[in-house]
Amino acid sequence: MREHLPILVIIVPLLTALAVPLAARVKRILAWYLTLISTAVSCGLSFDLLLTVMRTGKVSYWLSGWEPPWGIEYAVDYLNAFVLCIVTCLGFLVAVYARRSVEHEVEEHRTGVFYATYLLFVTGLAGIVITGDIFNLYVFLEICSLAGYALIAVGRKREALVASYNYLILGSLGAIFVLLGTGYLYMVTGSLNMADLAARLPALYHSKVVQTAFAFFVIGLGIKVALFPLHTWLPNAYTYAPSAVSAIMAATGTKVAAYAFIRVMFTVFGTDFVIYRIHTTQILLVLSVVAILAGSVLAIAQTNIKKMLAYSSISQVGYIVLGIALLTPTGIKGSLLHILNHALMKGCLFLVVGAVVYRTGLTSIEDFKGLGKKMPVSMAAFTVAALSMIGVPLTVGFVSKWYLVLAAIETGLWPVVAVLLLSSLLMAVYFWRVIDNLYFVPAVEPAPELRPSSASHSSNPHEVRDAPALMLWPTVISAALCVIFGIIPFLPLAVAEKAVSILLR
Amino acid sequence: MTEFILGKYNYWIYIVLMMTGFYAVIAKKNLLKKLIGLNILQTAVFLFYISIAKVRGGTAPIFLEGAEVIYDNPLPHVLILTAIVVAVSTTAVALAIVILIKQAYGTVEEDQILEMTEEG
Repeated sequence: MREHLPILVIIVPLLTALAVPLAARVKRILAWYLTLISTAVSCGLSFDLLLTVMRTGKVSYWLSGWEPPWGIEYAVDYLNAFVLCIVTCLGFLVAVYARRSVEHEVEEHRTGVFYATYLLFVTGLAGIVITGDIFNLYVFLEICSLAGYALIAVGRKREALVASYNYLILGSLGAIFVLLGTGYLYMVTGSLNMADLAARLPALYHSKVVQTAFAFFVIGLGIKVALFPLHTWLPNAYTYAPSAVSAIMAATGTKVAAYAFIRVMFTVFGTDFVIYRIHTTQILLVLSVVAILAGSVLAIAQTNIKKMLAYSSISQVGYIVLGIALLTPTGIKGSLLHILNHALMKGCLFLVVGAVVYRTGLTSIEDFKGLGKKMPVSMAAFTVAALSMIGVPLTVGFVSKWYLVLAAIETGLWPVVAVLLLSSLLMAVYFWRVIDNLYFVPAVEPAPELRPSSASHSSNPHEVRDAPALMLWPTVISAALCVIFGIIPFLPLAVAEKAVSILLR
Repeated sequence: MTEFILGKYNYWIYIVLMMTGFYAVIAKKNLLKKLIGLNILQTAVFLFYISIAKVRGGTAPIFLEGAEVIYDNPLPHVLILTAIVVAVSTTAVALAIVILIKQAYGTVEEDQILEMTEEG
């Protein structure tokens, strides 16, 4: 039984996704309970997997017993196990949160299908992370993307449909490029297993086919990571999606794509190829620096809080790619830590915004005036996560930025150090605007007829109070983790260090 | 040179088809035409995969008792079956979204939708 744990992480949410719409026909709330249980099981299993990896170093699972490279292999090492835990853990937290949020934002007869799609999304994410087969990675990428398009389209405003459509077009292009890259690799190596490819490719580094394949992978995954200038799908998708969907996507979607990016670059193609053959790192360095600055500047220009957070995600993706582009052990360690940290911080921020939407129905930064008093716990969580985004010491944001700055100094790239500091300053600007509204500006009473109809939960602003417990707990837990891992970052650090040593072997 | 152009004609078709689809996805303003472009693009990729599976003089990969058969590589065929399923689902989801867009905006022309978004 124990040896089948890797596949169960995928199978449990996948099969539950099929059962959920049926359960919803019996009783609506069953759908949520099933979602909750299966994400909890998946989360527990992946933590168990991480412990197994820490004991034994590597877990290899052969699907239906076919020996790799012929069969599909699920290869779990420190890197996957780490990202897998982040994905499934946030999948569970957002599932807890989703109940109230979905009751409020999704039409009642659609909840069953909504939870099924949510589970498929989490399945896809976990699958991308766990698989050791490059074609399987493409399939899971599409499962997660297709579920993602549908989830965004559920959003209440009609702009959600256009956002979903645009994401679908760009996302499909990205997936097609990944598929083509896979085909090119198969053409010259005859293999699809990542470890096997890694062994066969060094002899073929001079081949134009391999170089083209790499270009396809970088562009395709670049779209999924939302690396500037391939980020255009992201802001509207995050803004118009339902709150729970924005939270899970912002927290895990781009991170998993970043994982796939790291995996393909370092494990499949290898560092020698990436540095000496194509000079990818210079290109990525420039793009990530532009992403960090452009994302922050555009975030300052926004009046809608969800859009502001979405643009801030683009600059955070820049951080992750920057660490990869610096290509030193410290830099990649910073990237891996930032995958965890940004998942916690951005997840927490979007969860708070979802709570505000639940209580007031409003998403403009102006509307946050005086909420610090009305929703004290949620807003305390928001403040912690915002400080962490800025990179204040004792929060997780500081830890990963510290390693990124160290890596930049090690490589002697002083302009990059300046960019990192400048972007922290820019982040302080746009988060301060919100925090200022929260605590230091008195609330204005809007005229009753101006309030949007979706604010049915609180027609009177005096009734605005903290989010219900089911929404509050996931928010508080993610905010607490931001501080806990900020003060004692040893566990994620140790795992990230091991992962780096495997990647740069 | 002739060998490069004629001998690899399937790859040339793949490239032409792919660029046609790519152009339609980028340049067309009609949401449905964009989707058709995406479909052409996906079909081009299928053709590419089928091409790399071909073995000179090969036949269908069926095992015959006692006969030596040269057969095409069946693995890309299987891979592309999966990709076809994915393409069909993508088209289905996209069409569903386009129908909803038509209901919400009354049009499937991108520039008109953009105008309405800016007004609202």
